[in-house]
Amino acid sequence: MKALILVGGYGTRLRPLTLSVPKPLVDFCNKPILLHQLEALVKAGVDHVILAVSYMSELLEREMRVQEERLGIRISLSHEKEPLGTAGPLALARELLNIDNEPFFVLNSDVICDFPFKDLLQFHSNHGKEGTIVVTRVEEPSKYGVVVFEADSGRIHRFVEKPQVFVSNKINAGIYIFNPSMLSRIQLRPTSIEKEIFPVMAEEGQLYTMELQGFWMDIGQPKDFLTGMCMYLQSLRQHAPERLRTGPGFLGNVLVDPTAQIGENCTIGPNVTIGAGVVVEDGVRIKRCTVMKGARVRSHSWLESCIVGWSSSVGQWVRMENVTVLGEDVIVNDELYLNGANVLPHKSINESVPEPRIIM
Amino acid sequence: MLKAVILIGGPQKGTRFRPLSFEVPKPLFPVAGVPMLQHHIEACAKVPNMKEILLIGFYQPNEELNRFLFNAQQEFKISIRYLQEYAALGTGGGIYHFRDQIVSGSPDAFYVLNADVCSAFPLAEMLSFQKEHGEPNSFVILGTTANRKQSMNYGCIVENETTKEVLHYVEKPSTFVSDIINCGIYLFTPEIFQHIGAVFQKNQQDMLLYPYDGEEPTNGWHRAEAIRLEQDIFTALAGQDKLYVYKTLSFWSQIKSAGSAIYASRLYLNQYHTTHPERLASIKEGGPKISGNVYIHPTANIDPTAMLGPNVSIGTGVTIGAGVRVRESIILHGATLQDHCCVLNSIVGWDSTIGKWARVEGTPSDPNPNDPFAKIDSETLFREGKLTPSITILGCNVTIPSEVIILNSIVLPHKDLNRSFKNQIIL
Repeated sequence: MKALILVGGYGTRLRPLTLSVPKPLVDFCNKPILLHQLEALVKAGVDHVILAVSYMSELLEREMRVQEERLGIRISLSHEKEPLGTAGPLALARELLNIDNEPFFVLNSDVICDFPFKDLLQFHSNHGKEGTIVVTRVEEPSKYGVVVFEADSGRIHRFVEKPQVFVSNKINAGIYIFNPSMLSRIQLRPTSIEKEIFPVMAEEGQLYTMELQGFWMDIGQPKDFLTGMCMYLQSLRQHAPERLRTGPGFLGNVLVDPTAQIGENCTIGPNVTIGAGVVVEDGVRIKRCTVMKGARVRSHSWLESCIVGWSSSVGQWVRMENVTVLGEDVIVNDELYLNGANVLPHKSINESVPEPRIIM
Repeated sequence: MLKAVILIGGPQKGTRFRPLSFEVPKPLFPVAGVPMLQHHIEACAKVPNMKEILLIGFYQPNEELNRFLFNAQQEFKISIRYLQEYAALGTGGGIYHFRDQIVSGSPDAFYVLNADVCSAFPLAEMLSFQKEHGEPNSFVILGTTANRKQSMNYGCIVENETTKEVLHYVEKPSTFVSDIINCGIYLFTPEIFQHIGAVFQKNQQDMLLYPYDGEEPTNGWHRAEAIRLEQDIFTALAGQDKLYVYKTLSFWSQIKSAGSAIYASRLYLNQYHTTHPERLASIKEGGPKISGNVYIHPTANIDPTAMLGPNVSIGTGVTIGAGVRVRESIILHGATLQDHCCVLNSIVGWDSTIGKWARVEGTPSDPNPNDPFAKIDSETLFREGKLTPSITILGCNVTIPSEVIILNSIVLPHKDLNRSFKNQIIL
């Protein structure tokens, strides 16, 4: 089986992290975002993954060779010379997707959930039509485009963009399965799959939905990245609680890489991810944060809702909060206060940032 | 024989020092670990032939003031008395009202010091200056150099550069007059009372001629006895070969706002290296980490993992937990700083509590460090309707919960906060 992952461009919404590595390789809960998706696909029987990218990255290519080896699958990079939207990349990869009559998966690379690929394949085979899209429930449907469908069968009636009156609370989760026949609907030009392809398929009765169980998050920007992390850790609590760290000094769901060192008299959690080789010195308080590989948090600091980038160093008695994001190798000097600071890589911070802003 | 008078004002004065002046008369507020006034008294007691120190003000006699006077007399072995004005009489009116007390025993000269200044108090130098210069009966103002812009917030002195005679004196001019400013520290001979007396007589005649009819009198005072040394006396004495200025290069600052108390503490702590090295904390086995000048009262209980300084004063009975950081701050008696909290540029009021990992931070209002003549700005609380960022002040018995931040805020006494606050006055 095959799958196409829509990786797209520079991942600007997740800057400053994506200034150091391509978005698919940004660590989410101690594993690159893309690996969460690849591993779930492999489990469902996928043996060929196509990454639709609009810029080439040596780092990504090299990492994909490693993963090919590790997972025993084939990974192809399909490079768009110009942006092709959400449907165009399917046309570009037509040769790779249309080699047999098997259905294939398509997913947005920003999406994190308990990927339901096996169920999706089953559901799709059962209704026998051209495509199935996974939908997820949201609290405020008026912010999104919603999907209106037949409750029993899942057959889609229509799509409504930002509905002003309630018609549905289910939105497109960015995870699909299609029969190769649908590729004939797409031409090699910039095309939106949501706006130009799906409505036609729905009209013809060829598009069905399957509702996602459990959590779902688009982690394309830092604020949502942290929310997604909380959901993922909660899901670990239910499905693999042994992977979470417990004991004195740990509150709620905390994921700590075994090579990380945590000092004395710290309180870590709830909702914290600590990466490989991280050093957290004594008396540190961390909640709702991701601390990435190789970073150091010095003693008596206080961190809430932050992403500490790779190899960064946070000084003593520092307070960081309100979605402060440190890029790679940032140094925050002692006793500073960072409120919603977005700090670009390799920067040394010498004065407080009391109001949210970008530090170039 | 010499005497000294310290003008301590009264409860209606020093409102810029709120909320700290609610709990203690401003002159008793601790600066570098001891009451503000004690620095004056120590300086006076050191002058040879000093026989008596008189405090003049309009505070009701109170226990704290009495206790302070009692202790100071014991410590400095000198007569110290408090003379209470029946009303606010101004800087000249107060000493005129108590002139009999001042001249009793026939002092050759006497100092007058405002309580709300911080200074190295070069009193002996002022005396030798008076002897070397001018008339034997001349009066001396301590002056210092300010920058052009800030000079206009002070009394400005124009001097004869050779003789050091004061040629012109004007209080807080609206345009630049001189960069020599009045430090609020004077050396007078009893003859000064003739000059104040003349103003008193004139005021009395004026009041007979123009009886008070409810209109605001021109000088802002309603009594013949209410006399200001600066506007009413110095302005008239300038150019009369009577008034001289002794310019000092040593440190000096006003203590008007609470923020300036932190700056004044820094100046005095620095002076302790020569005057009171025993008051400066040093790094000891089992003691906290010390950076720069720090005063710690012996009764304070401080965890060895805490880090204090520079410019920190810790009062009696203060408790400081593990991993606490304090810098550029005054912690008043009975306060508790729980583990890992961080206090920067703040005054923590009596018996207040700061929770674990809380951050209490202000913005220093220090003078421009690159301008040797810059003074602290006694700025207004609000500018263009917004609270200007200044040091954070916690009034007495305030509770700050764990993990919050209190930034650039003033918290009035007896408040239990339940969240973070920034740039606010919390009633």
